[in-house]
Amino acid sequence: MEEVILKVSNLNVELDGDKIIKNLSVDIEKGDIWVILGPNGAGKTVFLRTLLGVLPYRGKIEWKKKVKIDYVPQRLPMIKELPINVKEFFELKKATYREIINILNSVGMKEDILRKKMGDLSFGQFQRILIAWGLVDNPDVLLFDEPFAGVDVSGTESIYDLIERMHKERKLVILLVSHDLNIVYKFAKNVLCINKKQICYGKPKKVLNPKMLTELYGGGIKFYSHEHD
Amino acid sequence: MIDSFLLSLITVIFVGGATAYLGSLMIAKRMALVGDALGHVALPGMGLALLLGLNVSLGAFIFLILGILLIWYFEMKTSLPMETLVGVVFVTSLAIGFLIVPEVELLEALFGDIAKVTLRGAILSVVLSFASIFVISMIYSKLVMANISEDLAKAEGVNIKKYNLIYLMLIAVVVALGIKVTGTLLVGALVIVPAAAAKNFSKNLKQYTYGSLAIGAISGVAGMLLYNLTGFPAGPLIVLVSCVFFLISLFLKR
Repeated sequence: MEEVILKVSNLNVELDGDKIIKNLSVDIEKGDIWVILGPNGAGKTVFLRTLLGVLPYRGKIEWKKKVKIDYVPQRLPMIKELPINVKEFFELKKATYREIINILNSVGMKEDILRKKMGDLSFGQFQRILIAWGLVDNPDVLLFDEPFAGVDVSGTESIYDLIERMHKERKLVILLVSHDLNIVYKFAKNVLCINKKQICYGKPKKVLNPKMLTELYGGGIKFYSHEHD
Repeated sequence: MIDSFLLSLITVIFVGGATAYLGSLMIAKRMALVGDALGHVALPGMGLALLLGLNVSLGAFIFLILGILLIWYFEMKTSLPMETLVGVVFVTSLAIGFLIVPEVELLEALFGDIAKVTLRGAILSVVLSFASIFVISMIYSKLVMANISEDLAKAEGVNIKKYNLIYLMLIAVVVALGIKVTGTLLVGALVIVPAAAAKNFSKNLKQYTYGSLAIGAISGVAGMLLYNLTGFPAGPLIVLVSCVFFLISLFLKR
């Protein structure tokens, strides 16, 4: 049994009178990869933001002491309002030049990207820079909000490889939000399904079955078999 | 006796720089017109100060703080956008201001008269501008992070409420300083135009913020020199010089 990094018990989140998350409990251990699965509007992003301490909640969220958490949001639409280049974006985190170069290498990017404006990056570059930004100060936990949304298949593969590699190299805890079932099969060691309330919790092979998925997504989804190692 | 022209010149360099520097944050936050509208919020404060024989800048500053608190309160009470609330507060202030500012002083309140600055006023403006620039530079990266995404900033441990409060106070200070230079009608220009010009030609944040500060200060100097040559009011001249910078920046757009 590995060390518990995060213990969530009986989490309830209510925004403007709407119950977004009901009675959610989960234990997350060191080195875990979790995918938080659910349809759009199920409260997945709210869950991440609650873990970050941005939203009010009832229940308990206990992080291990001194744990360093980083957050990779889905998009940063406001960044186009500022003429900020990649280097300056990293410097917001007080990263040194050497640290920036090292992390760029790990995500497969070169130094010449540093002088580009954040707003001029392609979608794929932007996504990599965000991941690198999340990693640059060596977090223990990385929270990802839909890192594959809007990325084509080959892009998804490479971001997936990247996250997987980072996980192995750094023994990172990863919590990744997705509405895409494929991601779970490729990626997750553990899965937490939510649709306002907690619907499943555990190893994907054990907990994902047609009945559960119908409950999670409603009647519309077809359960397809998958290849798994 | 120090030359009064020199005093005004030094004052506008510092005030122009400070307003433009803060402006670079404000236009990134889409708050450009907030500075403009707040200029008008100061008007009744100036009127009251004149009626009671108090310091006009102090009156302006107090009303700016009140205006900011009022907008902040309204924002909690309704779901109307900030822009609309600022609009409501500013026209109300303007109407009250027109009623209570004595007619003789109205023109000066509206357009400013930096040429009349006293030694004490100049020293105060320089010190406050310098202090504002210093504070802004200390919290700039935190505010930029909050601008980009509040969630991201919070994840980095930035106390958003605290920095927003400091930010709003800074706006009140620099707008009050700016009113001395251009008056309430044109103070928005000191905040908006240099930053807008700098944004056009900047490749990075450094060029943008310091470019904005420099354009603000240089416009101040050039405007004062033009005032000396032509005798037209200094405030509008300073604003027009910064507008020329903006026009030039359109052609330097990277």
